[in-house]
Formats: sequence, C-alpha cells, structure tokens
Amino acid sequence: MQENTFVLLENTPFTDSIYRMRLQGAEDIPMLPGQFVNLKIPGVFLRRPISVCDWEGGVLTLIYRVVGEGTRIMADMKTGQEVDLLTGLGNGYDLSLAGERPLLVGGGVGIPPLYFLAKSLRKQGLPVSLVVGFRNKRDVFMDAFSPLGCDVTLVTEDGSMGEKGLVIDHLPKHATHLFACGPEPMLRALSAVCPLDGQYSLEARMGCGFGACMGCTMETLSGPKRICREGPVLRKGDLPW
Amino acid sequence: MVNLSVTLCGLPLDNPVIPASGTFGYGWEFAAWYDINRLGTFSFKGTTLHPRLGNPLPRIAETPSGMLNAVGLQNPGVDRVISEELPRMREVFHKPVMANISGFSLDEYVEVARRLDGEEDVGWLEINISCPNVHGGGLSFGTSPEAASQVTGAVRKVTHKPLILKLSPNVGDIVSIAKACEDAGADGISLINTLMGMRLDLHRRQPILKNVTGGLSGPAVFPLALRMVWQVYEAVKIPIVGMGGVSSARDVLEMMLAGATAVQVGAANLRDPMACLRIVEELPGVMEEYHITSLQEIIGGAHA
Repeated sequence: MQENTFVLLENTPFTDSIYRMRLQGAEDIPMLPGQFVNLKIPGVFLRRPISVCDWEGGVLTLIYRVVGEGTRIMADMKTGQEVDLLTGLGNGYDLSLAGERPLLVGGGVGIPPLYFLAKSLRKQGLPVSLVVGFRNKRDVFMDAFSPLGCDVTLVTEDGSMGEKGLVIDHLPKHATHLFACGPEPMLRALSAVCPLDGQYSLEARMGCGFGACMGCTMETLSGPKRICREGPVLRKGDLPW
Repeated sequence: MVNLSVTLCGLPLDNPVIPASGTFGYGWEFAAWYDINRLGTFSFKGTTLHPRLGNPLPRIAETPSGMLNAVGLQNPGVDRVISEELPRMREVFHKPVMANISGFSLDEYVEVARRLDGEEDVGWLEINISCPNVHGGGLSFGTSPEAASQVTGAVRKVTHKPLILKLSPNVGDIVSIAKACEDAGADGISLINTLMGMRLDLHRRQPILKNVTGGLSGPAVFPLALRMVWQVYEAVKIPIVGMGGVSSARDVLEMMLAGATAVQVGAANLRDPMACLRIVEELPGVMEEYHITSLQEIIGGAHA
C-alpha cells in the first residue's frame, strides 16, 4: 500500500455512463491484477475505490461507471490534473491457481479488472477463455481482449450483439479455474452453476479501503473478511451464498 | 522550541493527537503507513465482552464534508483483544494505549473494564456510552445523567486506571451528563461521538445504510463538537478529550483553546491514512504562527 500522486492523461466516455481514465505515475509502483486504487476526489469526503484495468510502463488505466456524486466529479476531471491515489489495495487474484486453461467471466463494470488479469495470464503463456456479458449493444465498452490472443465470447442479454442471454449460458466446457468479477447477482448465479474452483471479486461501499474502518466486512464461510483487505477476491469455498 | 506535550489524567502524552476509536483498528493497519509511535496514543477499536460481526452491509455512506457509518461495534471480543490484538499491537506501538469499551448491560461494561484493567499496556479506559449504531446498548447509557452516573460508578469500582467517559451529542443536555460522570468518579470526558443521521439512495428509494441510520462524522460536525467541548469545559473540572471533525493542526488548537486537553482524530484517518502524522508534523509550525510555545498552557485559553 502506498500513497502516490498521478497525473491525469486522459478521461474519455465510452458510453453514456462508462468512462476510461488513464493516469501517469511512477513505473515502480507495485500493483497486481484484481487489486484496486482509492482516488481522492476534490469536493467529496471519502475516496472512491476503482479496480485496476491495466498498469504498464507507469500508465494506469481505470474504467468506471458514473453512478453518483463522486463518479460524476471524476468524469469532469481534466487532463493534466494531479490525482492523489492509494495504490496496491486489496489482495488481488492468485494467478498460481490458474491451471492450464483459466476461464475469466465478467459482467458490466466487473470486466475491466479482467483485462489486467488476462494480460498477465497471457504473459505466462496460458490460453485464456473469456466470457463477458452486457445488458445490450449500447452498454458494450470493451473489445480490447482480442489483441491479447484470448478466446472471447461476448454475450448481451437481448442478443443485440454477440450471443444472446447471460454469461452462465455460454460457459466453455473445458477449463481449469474460474476468475470472476461482476455484479453480485451474476456472481451468485455463476457460483451456483459453475463447479470449478474459482476466485470471485466482490464490491462494497468502503470507508477507507485499507482495512481500518471495518466498513465493508462481510461474513464468509471462513469468518469475517474485509472486502478491502482480505478481499476483494474471495475463494469459491468462502462464499456464503 | 515549542512544547507539544500534555498530561491527560495524570499520564504524559508526547503530543495531544489521538486517533479515535473505530478509525484506527488496533494500530496495525496504520503501522504500514507510518511509525505510529509518533502519536500521543490511540484509542483502539470499541471492545465488547463477546465477539461481534456488526451490522449488515452497506455500513458506509458519503455526506457533505463527512460520512455516515453504521459498523455496529465489530470486534473480536475482549478475550481475543487481550490474547491476540494487544500482543500484536505491542510489536508496533510502545506507549500506553487507550482502551475503548462498549457494552449492552452494566455487567458487560464492568466485566470488560475489569479484564482490560489487568493489561499493563492500557493507559486509559475510555467508556463508550454513546454508540448510535447498536440497538439496546451503548447509547441508552449515555442519554440520561442517571444512567451515565450508574455506568461510571460501577466501572470505577473495578479499575484504578484513568477512566474517561465518551459522550453522545444525541442528547438534550450534554453538560448535565458530563457533570453526572464527574460526580460518579470519572477522571475525564471525551466528546463527541457521532451524530445520528441518514441518507437515501434515489435509485432504490431506500436508505443507503442497511441499518437505516448511522453516525455522522467528518469536518461537517467540527463546529458542533467545538461548541459542546466549550460548554462542558465551563461545567467540569476534569480533563476533556475533544473530537469531532478534527482534520488539521489548526483544528487541534481550536479544540484545545475551547477546553480540550487532548484531541482525537477520527474520520480524517479514513480519507488520509497519514492524517494524524501530518497533524503532528504541522503542529510546531502552526503553534509558532500563533505564538504558542506550550500546548499544555493553552487548554481552555479561549474562556475569559
């Protein structure tokens, strides 16, 4: 965990409510796939936790949905502005559990952290299958997985792009380990139908983001866990659903 | 050279900056950010007799210049605090710590205080009779002078350590409650705990917090806290630990001039993990700016 100053390089909308932010920081800041950063935003008190979408060569990519006051201010932040970030928060995914054929499943704004994960798994030479779900064509914001050489299945609920249905209807038959991130209903459905051992990344309203306030503690099968500290990635066997 | 040291209920503090209970865990989370021995002391997470998971999520909401929390006293229970948390804390903190105690009955307050009284590392007992986030406990002891007096008197019998009663602002007359605690044997008063508030989620048309209400803290409450410290200082002789929205060295000076012997910092720690260190480091320069050479000498200095 560190506090670092980044400089905003780019802040552009993908869709009506989804934005991509790229920030320049020092190259040697440690960040792992599945970890998050906590942004100080002028005008609101609490920081806003956002998953790392990509981190390479000192450039941090964040993809976020505008849902309230804090993210609305984020969307108005200008290129060149300095941003105070707490970095290296949360446990991140354990890549050593991937096996020979990892499967990545994401929904909506749960998809971005899977990009950094997919890239890291591809660097290890592993074949990566990816199933990503959106509500409809207008919500689709991410198509950057193909250059990584991933086997991508795109699913929309109304079939307006890619396959029709839910991500759980389009899971490949052969995989060794599941990495998932998305809204809780999707994660619950996934854990119910997918027998694979896996790692599920959860979200919660947080106070501090570094384990101090106990604001995001959830009861799991192996005891209480702070989503910000022992999470956000929980092992399937710990999920209380 | 300026002098930051103060004496709180007979025990020396290198400086008056104390992270508030519930925002600092047992110190370990912050030792990753800085040497927490730079602090006067800290007040550890509110401790009950039995382990508590706290309230269901969400427990946190944003407010103008502050936040709401409804954590609900999550803690591992006094026995594990003594067997696990205090030994771990000793690795990173080498001064007397302030133990924060909560309860759902008179017997619980007494029993937790009795067990923590035996711990050498504990310098002060801070008795929370003001938690707004648990039902049937905490706050109900802090809303009448009679109940506050009862808790103070009962805990007084089982400890010789300095006893500080932490008061709620969610009352009609905080001064009468502070006086009742003093008369029943308290060595100090800390105030204020959070103010009860709420926010709604416009999408769902429901309260954001699962607990519906939560405790408001942060800079928004500072003027109200300062006013209450001022009023209590006029009424009691025992030392006051002032808190509520403190986030800068200047806030510390205001609190002390209003009557606080020491100052707790809460919500600021959650926004800035190094908030308390920054305040400690800024204090000497800010003191010089206002021609203050010793903090002990300015306590209550704004009262004519």
